[in-house]
Amino acid sequence: MTFWRPGPPRRSGRCLRPRDRFLPPIISVTTVLGAIFIVRTIVIRAEQWPRIKAQFFSLPAIIEVFPDVLRGFSINMSVWIVSLVVIALWALALAVFRSLSGPWFTSLRVFAIVYIDLLRGLPSLLLVLLFGFGIPALQIPGLPRSSLFWGAIAMISSYSAYAAEVYRSGMDAVHDGQRAAAKALGLSQGQTLRFAILPQAVRNVLPSLLNLAVALQKDVALLSVLGVRDAVREAQIYTARTFNYSSLIAAAVLFLVATIPMSRLTDYFTKKDRERRLQRTV
Amino acid sequence: MHRIEIEHLTKYYGKSLVLDNVNLTVGVHEVVCLIGASGSGKSTLLRCINDLVPFDEGVVKLDGVSIHDERFAARELYKRIGIVFQSYNLFPHMTVLDNITLAPRRVHQISRTESEAYAHELLELFGLDGFADSYPEQLSGGQQQRVAIIRAMANRPDVLMLDEVTAALDPELIGGVLDVIKNLREQGMTMLIVTHEMGFARDVADRVCFLDGGRILEEASPETLFSRPENPRTRQFLQRIIEAGRL
Ligand SMILES: Nc1ncnc2c1ncn2[C@@H]1O[C@H](COP(=O)(O)OP(=O)(O)O)[C@@H](O)[C@H]1O
Ligand SMILES: [Mg+2]
Repeated sequence: MTFWRPGPPRRSGRCLRPRDRFLPPIISVTTVLGAIFIVRTIVIRAEQWPRIKAQFFSLPAIIEVFPDVLRGFSINMSVWIVSLVVIALWALALAVFRSLSGPWFTSLRVFAIVYIDLLRGLPSLLLVLLFGFGIPALQIPGLPRSSLFWGAIAMISSYSAYAAEVYRSGMDAVHDGQRAAAKALGLSQGQTLRFAILPQAVRNVLPSLLNLAVALQKDVALLSVLGVRDAVREAQIYTARTFNYSSLIAAAVLFLVATIPMSRLTDYFTKKDRERRLQRTV
Repeated sequence: MHRIEIEHLTKYYGKSLVLDNVNLTVGVHEVVCLIGASGSGKSTLLRCINDLVPFDEGVVKLDGVSIHDERFAARELYKRIGIVFQSYNLFPHMTVLDNITLAPRRVHQISRTESEAYAHELLELFGLDGFADSYPEQLSGGQQQRVAIIRAMANRPDVLMLDEVTAALDPELIGGVLDVIKNLREQGMTMLIVTHEMGFARDVADRVCFLDGGRILEEASPETLFSRPENPRTRQFLQRIIEAGRL
């Protein structure tokens, strides 16, 4: 009979020699910098470069337009944050409606299904135009007439349909035994959802929800078609006046400054979520 | 007076007959073990008793009152009959203490102080004091199953039903869980236990029922059933268990 004996120690990250530790990153960073340098040289040498630079990267133009674009961008961010909160709650309600069983809840369930099918099937842009121009045009007394308001409602309606499906997938992923255990302990359907299912479901889908939040952050710019003076609209106005596109670059930079940290945050939660799942299966 | 009376219980899943005219009683403080091959209807029988699944014919009574009586509406039945499953199904996002006190607090409106005091008492009794603030995934399978039993006990049920609670455990963890059940027996808990641990059934049961194809084929004291089984099917089943080295 042979017994297991420890083999030679495996190389792990910590006992790598300095050459093996530092060489790969140095090589990759140099390669990337080199590539950037070459592309830059080619671009700058090109005949058209001075024109491109003046049209897209004109520093004076950017400085001139920046306050307007920034003010517009604050509208993007406010609409984004308010919509996020409303979507998070409304979509959760839709997902819960859809999950309810029993004859009493049939109408809620059907409503949720129809709502989700309809609003997921339509382009957000179409909804924004329909709500943002259509409803104010009806001039119904008592209803707000602001395009911004109705445009935001359109975005919220559309994104809630997606987010509801995300929540639902999270609820489906909770093991059936959890429901059985909750029921056997005497919890009602509502209590089972609130205490047992939803906390787990939300945790399951947090990364996907954050991805939706990043998408929404950019899509709020759709409201510019309504004449709402958001960052994109302000940039466009400047471009129309001066035939210079640097304002759009300024807006682009602002969007990136906002979305990239969100993407990193999403990555972080995705990683944590994966670790949690791994730990559970081990 | 019987705690549980089952008369002519019949249940179909679709067209297949899963429980066929089952008659069974469990007296106060009595421990009844259900044995039988996989698929013989043991789990379904337990689920019918506390109304987790509907049945087609017959009646189940708790303390002489049908479980469908309006006296058992509003979750009273779940309070009176506790059940623990093979997969412990603890809520992974809650601490052990919150798992145990959830139903007493939210369903039975018992104050936090009182339900936590009782939870600590039970944890201590079953050798788990110190784990109140742990999360289920930090516990071994055996510890999780003991918490699941405590969670069912926290409702102060009159009857505890256990469905193969050791079947998912590594052999070295089974003993601790069985000790908890023996302890409950000492305290006079009325129990209906589905188990494949025949040695344990012999020790703990007042009566053993052999279920086969949805029918109770034989019902006797453990001494009689394990040493002088009458029904050939029972003998066959026990023979296979002995061959598998589990008796
Ligand atoms: N939810 C269900 N739907 C359909 N058939 C089921 C369901 N649950 C159990 N059954 C069937 O009922 C029979 C008895 O199952 P069960 O009570 O789980 O047996 P045991 O617990 O003795 O192994 C089996 O044939 C099984 O396939
Ligand atoms: Mg079973």
